[in-house]
Formats: sequence, C-alpha cells, structure tokens
Amino acid sequence: MVIYILRRLLALVPVVLIMSIVVFLIIYLIPGDPARVMLGDGADESTIQELRQQMGLNYPLLEQYGRWIGNAVQGDLGRSFFLQQPVSTAIREHLAPTLSLALFAQFIAVLIAIPLGVRAAVNRGGLADKTLNAYSLLGISVPGFLLSLFFVLVFAVRLKWFPVSGFAPLHEGIGSFLKFMFLPALSIGIVMSSLTARIVKASMLEVLHEGFVKTALSKGLRQNTIIYKHVLRNALIPILTVVGGSFGTLVAGAAVIETIFNIPGLGQMLVHAVERRDYAVIQGMVLFIAIVYVAVNLAVDLLYAVVDPRIRLQ
Amino acid sequence: MTDSTVQEGKQQARRTSLIHSQPVRRFMANRTAVIGGVLMLLLIAASLLSPWLARFEPQAVDVVSRLKPPSVKHWFGTDNLGRDVFSRTLNGTKISIQVGLTVALVSSAAGLVIGLYSAYYRRLDQVLMRIMDGIFAFPAVLLAMAMMAALGPNVSNLMICLSIVFTPAVARIVRSSALVVKEQTYIEAMRALGASRTRILWLHIMPGTLSPLIVQGSFVFAESIIVEAALSFLGAGIPAPMPSLGNLLSEGKQFIYNSWWMTLFPGFALILSVLAMNWFGDGLRDMLDPHARTKRKRSRKGSMEKNTSDNNNEKVSSATQASS
Repeated sequence: MVIYILRRLLALVPVVLIMSIVVFLIIYLIPGDPARVMLGDGADESTIQELRQQMGLNYPLLEQYGRWIGNAVQGDLGRSFFLQQPVSTAIREHLAPTLSLALFAQFIAVLIAIPLGVRAAVNRGGLADKTLNAYSLLGISVPGFLLSLFFVLVFAVRLKWFPVSGFAPLHEGIGSFLKFMFLPALSIGIVMSSLTARIVKASMLEVLHEGFVKTALSKGLRQNTIIYKHVLRNALIPILTVVGGSFGTLVAGAAVIETIFNIPGLGQMLVHAVERRDYAVIQGMVLFIAIVYVAVNLAVDLLYAVVDPRIRLQ
Repeated sequence: MTDSTVQEGKQQARRTSLIHSQPVRRFMANRTAVIGGVLMLLLIAASLLSPWLARFEPQAVDVVSRLKPPSVKHWFGTDNLGRDVFSRTLNGTKISIQVGLTVALVSSAAGLVIGLYSAYYRRLDQVLMRIMDGIFAFPAVLLAMAMMAALGPNVSNLMICLSIVFTPAVARIVRSSALVVKEQTYIEAMRALGASRTRILWLHIMPGTLSPLIVQGSFVFAESIIVEAALSFLGAGIPAPMPSLGNLLSEGKQFIYNSWWMTLFPGFALILSVLAMNWFGDGLRDMLDPHARTKRKRSRKGSMEKNTSDNNNEKVSSATQASS
C-alpha cells in the first residue's frame, strides 16, 4: 500500500511541475511591465520600482521561478498589493464559504444521481432511463450559472421563497445557511448530477451482469437489497472517479455562482482580483485550486485501492 | 449525450441498418442530429441576418423606452438603456458562434499536430504530452480566466485563451487514435516501402484520426460557447459594450428584480446554441463511427439479466463524455 501511494505521488510530480510553470508564466502574458499595468498610468516611478521589487521582477526569469515555487512549497503564495495581506491568509479567509457550497452541491448531486442512475440501469428503457436521457442533455447544455439565474428568477424574484443573494456561515445556524445556499448549491448540483447519474447507470449495468447477482436472485434476496447493498457497492469505483473529478471543477465553477449570489468565497475573491489585476492573488489562487484539484483526484485514486484490493497489486 | 439519440423507434433502427454504408444518410436518419444541425443553421442564419431581422441597432440607445417588457415593437423587450434585447441577443449569438467556431478550428488544428507528432515520435511524446497533461489538469474556466486577466479582455485574446485551454483535450484524442493506426499493417508496409515519415504521418495516419477529431471539435465548439459566456459574465471575457451573451446575462442580472426578459431570452439563446452543437456532435459521432452505433443499437434491446455486449460501449461512450 505504501509503495502504491508513493508511486501515485511520484507520477504527479511532472504534472504539478508543469502546472506551476503555467501559473508562473501567466504574468508574462501581460503586454508590457506587470507592475506598471497593475498600478495604472498615474503611478509614480518609485512606487512602480517598489512593486517590481516586491514581485521579484528584477531577478532573472529562472531565479524568479525558483523563488516563487520555493515560497509556494512552504505555503507562502506572495502578498496581495491591494488587500495588503498575504495571499495564503486571504485564501484561508475565503475558503469556508466555497467549501461548504461545494460540499452541499456535491451532496445534492449524489442524492439525485444515485437513485436516478440506479433506476435507469435496472429498468432500461423505462421511465427513469428516459428521464436520465433528457436530464443528461440538460446537464451538458445548460451551464450552472445560467441555471442559477433562472432559479433566481423563479424562486427568489417571483415566488420569493429564497433570498436573491447573500450568505450566512454555517456556524450561525443551519437554517439561514440553507436559506442562502440552497439555490446556488442546487444549480451546481443539478448540472453535476447529470454526469454522475450517467456514470452510475453505466457502472451499474456492468456489475448487474456478474454472476453473484444471479446467485443472489436465485437464493431469493429482495431486489432492493441486491441492487443497493451488493451491486451499487461493486459499482462504486467509476462513480467515485466522477464525484472526485467533478469536485475540482465545482470549486472552479463556484467562481461564477458566487458572483451571482454574492457569496464571499474563493470564486468571488478571484473575480475581484481579476478586476483589480492583482496578479499575486490570481497566481496564488489558481495554483491553490489546481493543487486541490490534483489532490482530490489523488485521494480518489487512493480510495480505489481501499475499496478494491486488486488495484493495489497491479 | 449518446443516450439522447436512443429515442428513435426500432423501425428506424432497422431502416438505418439497411443503408449502413452511406454515412450521410445515416446522419439524416438520426433525428436528433438533424434537428441539431438544422437548429445550428437557423441560429447562424438568424445571427447573420440580424441587421435585417432586427428593427433596431444592437447599440442604439433609446432612453425614453428603457426596461420595457416584450412588445410588438421590441420582441424581447428593452434593457436599462432602452436598447433592443432581440437585436442584442441575435448579435450575442453571432459573437458566441464566431468564438466557438474559431476556438474549435484553432484547437483542432493545434491538437491534430501535437497529437500526431507525439503519437509518432516517442521523445516528443514525453515532452508534449506532459505539457498537455499539465494544462488539462486545470479546470477550464479557471485557466482561461487567469490568462484573460493577464492579456486583457478582448475578443481575439479570448479566442487565444480558449484555444490554449481546449487544445489538450483534442491532442489526447488524436494521439490515442493515431497510436492505434500506427500499429496497423499498412503503416508497416508503407515504412518498408521507404515512404518518408512526413508522408506516412500526414497521408496515412492522419486520415484515421479525423473522425474522432471532428467529433471532439464539435464538443469543443459547444464547450467554448459556455466558457465564453461565463467569462464575459464575470467581466473577464468580451468587454462590456459589445453584446455578447455573457454580457447580456450580466446586465440582466443587475435588473433581475424587474426585467426578467433581459435574462431569459439571452439565456435561451445560449442554451439553444449549445444544445444544437451537442446534438450535432452526437450525430457526427454516429455517422463517423458506425461501429459504436451498431453496438449501441443491439444493446438497446438488452435488459437487466442478459446481454453483456453493452458494457463495453457504455464505457466507451461515458469515457468520451468525460473527456468532452
């Protein structure tokens, strides 16, 4: 198991390296001097020089990268010129809303996807299967942020069931948290569940043909016991993959949703940073989210090995 | 998406199998694909004809009739500056389709070259595909947003960013099908005959990768329309006065309390464009990959107990889903 984990970690090194280089090079896409662009036309020369020094722009390229990645590894993602605080602190302050949104959305997605996918697999061509077909088409064609705009239009503006925007942290009571988070989480959850449900169906179909299902049937187990207790459990691996994989996309996709609902999370912070051209924040956040994304995928990979011992031995 | 085409009856399936050898007719027999194609053509036509279809200029300000609901004069109502939402939606669709088409073409071309060469040259493979993996590992919206923040918001920068973001997906698909073709006997024969590498690569391997490439390209088209809208919505895409769908939705968001039409109509235009492209891409896949289609047709009759053949194709289709 230890060897398996080490091998997986080692395989990630080149990917993470490339990702960090891509993120680092982003400021070199800026036409002209980044410090000058950030401060605007009116800035005086000494401020520009100060910022250049702070951003490390006066060093040779390789040394700049070395310094940047060296600090990043130690959890120092630089300092935001506009927020006047370290980027890592800013990320920590904005993490909770995004994380709770992501978890809530994932919960909704799984809640919809598993029953729908399972029914569709067990009864091919039936109502659930047809629903799934239409539903998955909806999921790919309607982006989450658009769905949330429609939800706001119907449930917040017209029916007034939910507030149009805002946020209440979880520790101030689950009621107000749910009131603010339901629409954003639902719109992300629906889009995500469409993909998950399709994978659930495909994966279930595969396991349904295994011999043990026949055995269970012939020894008279109830169908629901077979499906949910035995088949679903064996069908979990591909399902875990999508759930884990979508988690990173979800944190990224939350950027748009958070702007719509005015949730003070990572996404909103990123959008503000883009507006202000606060490159330290942009680089730090993109690197952070990308690393989280990779880490979640790694965790899923490791989870396979726990779920299915055969993988460990390969 | 694959399953969406499953709705046709058995009769239709039998008829298609008779004219199996003719891809175009197979495409025509696929109802959703034809609907997608026709819808796409209609959208393109409408957006190109917008100067004649819409009675108002997309940028024409009319402060007297601001925030008016849909009427005979303004079909989709007017926005906060009295601009005609119908005209702006048509123009937004045009911009979206332009961006989608350009990104699909550019990333297909780049992905084709990268995929082909890394499939053929081992050394190159290590370098190129590592870079592709690195880019691919970013969530698309995120990377595009960061790059746009650096380059500055305008249409051509947006096209560049989206093309970079979507190239790895294409390159991966091309590479994997090129690897299969490369092992075929006729490629070995070409090599034995002394054909040059360039000749083998472009005249003999490349055609074998075209159909997955075209299918993937159509999904990149749809996907980049979505990402463009998201970025413009956030103010990191197409700059504001230009009526792109994302900008229209962003303006609509500000007036969502009273002016539902500013959100609803651009939203539907976005959904229609993406839906049309996805249906069309589905149809293309069925047309260009008859193998997958016959397999799926057989599996349609499968039930809970029997038929093991459909496992494979479900897996294949779900794999392509995930990659798109």
